[in-house]
Amino acid sequence: MTEILWLGRGGQGAFTAAKLLGAAYSAKGEEYFALAFPSFGPERRGAPVRAFTKLDSKPVLDRSETEKADYIIILDETLYSEGLGAMLRDGGKILINSKSRTGENIIAFDGNSLAAELKLPTANTVMLGFLSAVSGKVSEEEICFSIDNYMPEKIREKNKLAIRRTIEEASE
Amino acid sequence: MAKKFLSGDEAFAEGIRLAKPDVISAYPITPQTIVVERLSEMVEDGSLKSEFIHVESEHSALSCAMGASAAGVRAFTATSSQGLLYMAECLTYASGGRFPIVMMNANRATALPWNIYGDQRDSLSLLDSGWIQAYAENAQESLDLALMSYYIAENEKVSTPFMVNLDGFIVTHTYEEVDVPEVSLAEKYLPPYQTKNKLDLDEPKNMAFSAGPDHNYIFKFKEHRAMLDAVPVIDQAEKKFAEIFGRKYTGLIETYLTEDADHVIITLGSIAGLCRETADKLRAEGKKVGVIRIRYMRPFPVKELAEALKNVKSAAVLEKDISFGNEGTVYTNVNSALFRNGMLIPVYNFIGGLGGRNISPGDIENIFETIENGTSEKVNFIGIEVNPQ
Repeated sequence: MTEILWLGRGGQGAFTAAKLLGAAYSAKGEEYFALAFPSFGPERRGAPVRAFTKLDSKPVLDRSETEKADYIIILDETLYSEGLGAMLRDGGKILINSKSRTGENIIAFDGNSLAAELKLPTANTVMLGFLSAVSGKVSEEEICFSIDNYMPEKIREKNKLAIRRTIEEASE
Repeated sequence: MAKKFLSGDEAFAEGIRLAKPDVISAYPITPQTIVVERLSEMVEDGSLKSEFIHVESEHSALSCAMGASAAGVRAFTATSSQGLLYMAECLTYASGGRFPIVMMNANRATALPWNIYGDQRDSLSLLDSGWIQAYAENAQESLDLALMSYYIAENEKVSTPFMVNLDGFIVTHTYEEVDVPEVSLAEKYLPPYQTKNKLDLDEPKNMAFSAGPDHNYIFKFKEHRAMLDAVPVIDQAEKKFAEIFGRKYTGLIETYLTEDADHVIITLGSIAGLCRETADKLRAEGKKVGVIRIRYMRPFPVKELAEALKNVKSAAVLEKDISFGNEGTVYTNVNSALFRNGMLIPVYNFIGGLGGRNISPGDIENIFETIENGTSEKVNFIGIEVNPQ
């Protein structure tokens, strides 16, 4: 099983990204299963929130909160702390929305700049695109299918463009 | 069938759209709210032709559903936690009046301290209210129970209201892929509701009456018999469901690797999946362990549990519930079932997940280890290292 932990602030769309990933993955075929859930409770704009996506080749039975993740995706750089490394599985990676952060198992991508260029209020789909580029778990087409099915119509095209641009830039 | 990535609440709402209740009366409460929102959207966009009645409280929600049922139509309501407790007075009216209403309950902790997260104290405290009680493990089973619940409740011999329980957040707000059946198949499965137990100008009758000591007793006896009569109807409902939709269910309980198991966890709701996964892991290490998921708390699987546990050396009852001053209520029910069948194996109670606290894979392994080695404490609280008794 591959476990992805999303860290963001209320309003940044961490759970939306977690859900889009799960929907994209489970639509791949018969042997692809996913579970996506938020850190439960009332969300307050700006407060730290977590979201989880679990991907597997059989139905996901473990609904407990992720203890060790394969990918930790940080939408807001201020949520980074040294201790997060302990929540990674062997070979796991932290993908952070940042211009400059470096460190062990950390891969930075300047999601905010790209989101601003595309006039998106948040970098959630940018970082989802970045996960696609780094992990290969889901393709651009699969994420776009998910956006077409689960995002409101008026924001689909912009977010699909964000996915495409991120994957292009990340593979340069 | 269309596959959709849905939460348990959304899946249940899809099931209700297929069941086509004539009247929906509900009051929103977290974590049930999404069901009510989706259903009102469906009524608004015309894909569900129900009368949606916005009521001012849960007490009114169930009263209203009863009125609809007494008029001879299919009724639905949904609630959670304090909302369920607020409508508690009406629960016995609905069951005593033999109105086959379906209610979804999002299992949530009860106040105080105020808490919106999942545990099962709300519904388990109302086991004696005369309602059939089923517990779903995931979003798919939630949708499927939305259809099966009407099939069972509306059977003429049963005529008993049905509460479908979904673990708050862990099922209600967790997204997964769900098969949403075709409308034509749902119509084939669930015929329109027909009853003689209704207000009728051509056949006037007295309904919702009072009954003195002599007759009241007989009514209560019949209510009990009707609940027991639901057992073969549940079986029939699941057989027809498998024929039409291709998904199989296993009656009052679901067993996993219990045939040759020495040690078994008995539980209910969404935590069962993690128990089965842990059982797989321990089996690979040579441990003979298994899992029983109770799907129905009422009617209670007295015979089924005894049969499944007949060769077991020890068992644990894992539940998100406590009856203060005694033990977990599921534990009480399981012990009673075993005692009635003359079985005296050691059974331990593990209480956890209250107020939504996470139950981890390590917690489940610990339970299996504890019941294999035995422990002096019968009632144990996961993660709290104090003597509970």
